[in-house]
Amino acid sequence: MRPLAAAETVGTPALNFVIFAFFVLVTLVIAVSAAGKNKSTTDYYAGGRDFTGWQNGIAIGGDYLSAASFLGIAGIIALSGYDGFLYSIGFLVGWLLVLLLVSEPLRNTGRYTMADVIDLRLRAVPVRAAAAISTLTVSFFYLLAQMAGAGALVSLLLGVSSTAGQDIVLAVVGLLMIFYVMVGGMRGTTWVQIVKASILAAGAAVTTLWVLSKSGFSLSVLLHHAAAASPAGSAVLGPGLEYGVNITSKFDFISLALSLVLGTAGLPHVLMRLYTVPNAREARRSVVWTIWLVGLFYLCTLVLGYGAMWLVGGKQILAAPGGGDSAVPLLAYHLGGTILLGIVAAVAFATILAVVAGLTITASACFAHDVYAGVIRRGDTDPSDEVRVARITAVVIGIVAVVGGIAAKGIDVAFLVSLAFAVAASANLPSILYSLFWPRFTQRGALWSIYGGLISSVGLIVFSPIVSGQATTVGAIGASLITNPHINFAFFPLNNPGLVSIPLAFFLGWLGTVTDPHPADAVRFARMQVRALTGVGAERGGRS
Amino acid sequence: MALFQPARGTAGGTEVTQSARSRASGYEAVRASRDFWTIHRRLGSFVVPACVLLLGWYFLFVIIAVFAPGFMRISVFGDVNIGLCFGALQFVSTFAIALGYRRWAHRRLDPLTDRLRQRLEGGRY
Repeated sequence: MRPLAAAETVGTPALNFVIFAFFVLVTLVIAVSAAGKNKSTTDYYAGGRDFTGWQNGIAIGGDYLSAASFLGIAGIIALSGYDGFLYSIGFLVGWLLVLLLVSEPLRNTGRYTMADVIDLRLRAVPVRAAAAISTLTVSFFYLLAQMAGAGALVSLLLGVSSTAGQDIVLAVVGLLMIFYVMVGGMRGTTWVQIVKASILAAGAAVTTLWVLSKSGFSLSVLLHHAAAASPAGSAVLGPGLEYGVNITSKFDFISLALSLVLGTAGLPHVLMRLYTVPNAREARRSVVWTIWLVGLFYLCTLVLGYGAMWLVGGKQILAAPGGGDSAVPLLAYHLGGTILLGIVAAVAFATILAVVAGLTITASACFAHDVYAGVIRRGDTDPSDEVRVARITAVVIGIVAVVGGIAAKGIDVAFLVSLAFAVAASANLPSILYSLFWPRFTQRGALWSIYGGLISSVGLIVFSPIVSGQATTVGAIGASLITNPHINFAFFPLNNPGLVSIPLAFFLGWLGTVTDPHPADAVRFARMQVRALTGVGAERGGRS
Repeated sequence: MALFQPARGTAGGTEVTQSARSRASGYEAVRASRDFWTIHRRLGSFVVPACVLLLGWYFLFVIIAVFAPGFMRISVFGDVNIGLCFGALQFVSTFAIALGYRRWAHRRLDPLTDRLRQRLEGGRY
């Protein structure tokens, strides 16, 4: 094993930097070359709708496989074994709900954003405003997670350990992403996702094969060595190390599982990607491609996680900056030295850049299309005006992300991502499903469901042990943000709000509807249903 | 074969006089047509059981992992235990449902929706 002092930078920062710079250069060229084609709102928001199913499928995978997946899940597996695998299965299975329930009707009935679908059904400004607020909230939490991850990664890989230095790097990330989104629009961002997903898949596959070659391509041998290297022994091969500590943490995990499986179908940046293909059939194809990519990728993280447990060891991972998130970079360093580490680091950095760009375009489209054109101007705008607002919004979001990322540097990435999933599953999913499938759904039902889901999920987190009341780490549950034991307003025992907030949002959607004095518009539902099933009236892509 | 014959004589045939512009009533007419309900019923008969099944299968896995971790630790071969096999089966079932749905929708749904959309866009409703 190579000698490596704990809490030091690994590899050669200069080499890592050269590989980063190369990726940035390639993607900038892509963004600039896409810029010439961006003329209309459809070009800017939906990449002209002329991506094919597999291209978009890879791009959705690129948007979805964030740093939290690549570094976070492998890190959880490396530190506590099987429980990290449980996470990844939730992230994968949720895609089937996107495929079966949401992708085709959404593509058939919407134009650019999630709120379009609900608006087609209910045609009410307050509902569009509510959907926009929840879209922006989910995007914000997700964005914070990525920026917080970027901070940890940079300190590990570029040798930037001073606070000011890290903040400068975060600002550079923000600037790059503003550039991609402003110049490249959805077309440029999609190509950046495709490039990133391809190198991420290649990097994960190579490292996985490398680990397997060390154990003679036997999973059993790998697991045996991993368990032997861990202080917990063979307990790492089964569930419970993180979530089995007590009854609260068990229910906490069930709550998390519910958010993960239902959250994917409500993630605005995933839903928005479904509009970049010419029709619903291509949307279906793209989701099947995504399922392949995401599934095979998570199988790789299983090997990478146990591989890091065996070859690097939990002690060294915990001592490195970034903790669990450093498991894969350290594993790469152990296997292939500075070159492989540089490649893995570039992949991880590319991942953060691309996901941040994807979130920014979603949030800027949501603001320009839903808030500005839909709510403030009541539809009275011309497309060039809307795109101009979207570009300005991208700059504002970039600045907010940088400031938020600097503030959120210490917060656990996996936690912020699971928070975004919980809010997406509570605030977005119920009204999407009700709009598409329930004839009686009304405006009051939508407002109660969206605001109820949003307020309850965010509120329960504020009053959970995450924010206050827990001075020390117990199992999976780390210490609170407020570690002062005298400040304790954590009356909700679980860290994950989904178990309460998701059923509540569905219930409020129903209750608001049945108590609404204005009945649902039957003609509007008929139109929605016919359009959702047949695709008539849907905006076509460039080629068809 | 009957599936691919145009549904003359049903609601589709009686509504041809309607202008394509009066879409609102057109949509209701489509919704009343036999083709539409065939698509609707078929889609439901796949999607509803599939969702119930996959969510049930997933939460069965989660609940066993949380409340019966000992069961998951039983060895199948070497250091590979039931938990790992169960987890791998979640991947297999996800791939299988995704591919199964794509195939099924391509063969059983797409021809019908194409026909209905062409009629609607041609102003037949």
